Amino acid sequence: MEQLLSTEYIVSILLSGISLGGQLALIAIGYTMVYGILRLINFAHGDVFMVAGLLGIYISAALPMYIAIPIVIALTIGLGFFIERAAYKPLRSAPRMSVMISAIGVSYLLQNTATYVTGGQPMTYPAINALTKTINICGASTKLVVIITPVLVLVLIALLTTLINHTKIGMAMRAVSKDFETSRLMGIKINNVISMTFVIGSALAVVGSILYFTTYPAITPTAGAMPGLKSFVAAVFGGIGSIPGAVIGAFLIGICETIIKGLPSSWNVSVFSDAFTFALLIVILTCKPTGLFGEKATDKV
Amino acid sequence: MLQKNEKRAGTLRAMLAIMVLLLFVIVLENISSWIPGMPAIFSPTSQLFTVLKKGAVYSLVAVSMNLLNGFTGLFSLGQAGFMLLGAYTYAILTVPMAAKDQVYYLYGGSAVKFSLVDAFQSLFGTAGFGGAVSMICAVLVGIVCAGLVAALFAALIGTPVLRLKSDYLAIATLGFAEILRAIFQWQTLGPITNGANMLKSFPTFADFNIKNAAGQVVLRLSTFVPFLLSILCITVIVLLIHSSYGRAFKAIRDDEVAAEAMGISLFKHKMLSFVISSFFSGVGGALFAMYVSNAQAKAFTSTMTYEILLIVVIGGIGSISGSVIGTFLYVACSEWWLRFLDAETYIGSFKVPLLRSGFRMVVFSVVIMIIVLFFSQGIMGEKELTWAGIGGLLKKLKPKKKAASAGKEG
Repeated sequence: MEQLLSTEYIVSILLSGISLGGQLALIAIGYTMVYGILRLINFAHGDVFMVAGLLGIYISAALPMYIAIPIVIALTIGLGFFIERAAYKPLRSAPRMSVMISAIGVSYLLQNTATYVTGGQPMTYPAINALTKTINICGASTKLVVIITPVLVLVLIALLTTLINHTKIGMAMRAVSKDFETSRLMGIKINNVISMTFVIGSALAVVGSILYFTTYPAITPTAGAMPGLKSFVAAVFGGIGSIPGAVIGAFLIGICETIIKGLPSSWNVSVFSDAFTFALLIVILTCKPTGLFGEKATDKV
Repeated sequence: MLQKNEKRAGTLRAMLAIMVLLLFVIVLENISSWIPGMPAIFSPTSQLFTVLKKGAVYSLVAVSMNLLNGFTGLFSLGQAGFMLLGAYTYAILTVPMAAKDQVYYLYGGSAVKFSLVDAFQSLFGTAGFGGAVSMICAVLVGIVCAGLVAALFAALIGTPVLRLKSDYLAIATLGFAEILRAIFQWQTLGPITNGANMLKSFPTFADFNIKNAAGQVVLRLSTFVPFLLSILCITVIVLLIHSSYGRAFKAIRDDEVAAEAMGISLFKHKMLSFVISSFFSGVGGALFAMYVSNAQAKAFTSTMTYEILLIVVIGGIGSISGSVIGTFLYVACSEWWLRFLDAETYIGSFKVPLLRSGFRMVVFSVVIMIIVLFFSQGIMGEKELTWAGIGGLLKKLKPKKKAASAGKEG
């Protein structure tokens, strides 16, 4: 118990919670933007995140890190773009559930392809010195990535918010998420806007994957599924479609999860670190389905 | 009157077809011991029987998912969770007392000081005919309990969850399944659930093979039993769909507002569909535990739910016969027909590229994506396999042959 209440322990738990939250936030933005525009739970997004991690491993094995990272970002953006064009665009006028089934199919395909390529072996992410250097804060030793993550997340979010609020494509995005049909009538090229959403989501997922997997023991083909679902819960918690909501939700889930994992092992509760997220989801959905910042949707008959 | 007679004739024909099918299964799995020298495919360990057993179990789960997703329009992804409940309930209730210490060795024995197998054995005896009766009773009661526990949980979470719409319902049920998986792996519940370790030694399909005094198998029934149980359950679901409840479910699926205006209680019918579907998923979970001869929370992941969902889509959302056909195709492809893709193959000294472990699933998921994107109706669409349908298909084939032969003559 004493060890639990020591300052170093609390600080280290909080720091790694904030860091995990930041990584989840980067994935959650991809979910919330796609849902805001297409009303689609993009189940494949978590797997795109996993593929970004694997690409990072393979490419950094051949090239130095500062060249590898831009290539990984470009490839993952291409993947996100391609998934949208190949699997979601043909179903634009189909029922919403068909698109979701297609998303599940893509997720299944990506996982199986990853199993094939890696041969089912867990892969270890290369150490990035700038991220894995150990430092000391309030007596708690942690890795530098823990400090870099929240700062980077905030910078990226500031950029994204500027993009959405002050550029033409951002305005188009806001219009499409308000009313799909009307914005089409106003001459907005829907497909470009949707592609842009997937490009932004995938790019943020790459950054998230670099930060997430450097401290993660190994990447398996299913490594993306759980963080993906958690980020989606974060997006729902913050009010789906709202970017600040998704970020706050992600930080909350990240911190709570690390706290649960950090409780004494004699309580045997660490198995619930994932379940907690889903319990939170069910509570939120039944009490306040619109989330923290969600707009109240009106039912049209 | 005429219609009634026709209906009765149809029921009779269906029952006859089921009997023939069941007899055929018995013959199929025993033929290798009756007639020596049959091809290896008929040997009891061949992949044919893996496919048949797994197919029978998965058919039931797919049909129960279709009842919810296809007939009531409730997009639920909690199937694996209910299967987990069923599998664990069955396993916990039927592990024989003698095996408990060994199964629960990490926890110094089980907290459940009771086993259906022992309870019925004390009633009917342990050996010979009495032993068989007590095993059958224990398995049946265990399976029914498995279904009831799943149904009970469905009723509990139904009230909050069923108010949610489409994709929110999907993600909430998915989350529920994940919570269950965590609870069943919890160390503190170890004396009941055996923690993260597997439960085993309970009666499985292989225990239904009839043996003589020397322990030799006289009559194999290990494929027949899952077929029988699965057909029984699917029949109940079919009867339900054809009842007035089934028509109410379909009305809700097609238009909730209109259905409510017609006086259908939305909540009551949604709940009914959810509970019944979960009951059969629980039964399916118990059968799955019998098929793999263990119960382990690790197996019931969301990937399993996705698999079953894809089966339902392949077969056609809203078609029972489609789900069954889809299941057998899916299982046969993934367990048997596409196996060659996983093996490194040489033609002469040329190594066929790409073929190595895991390639089967890649090809398979590409095929599934093609079905989802371009044949979203699946195999059957919303239609069912009927006698008239089969007859029509045969008739369609016949003129083609005639036309083909006519073409040759000309």
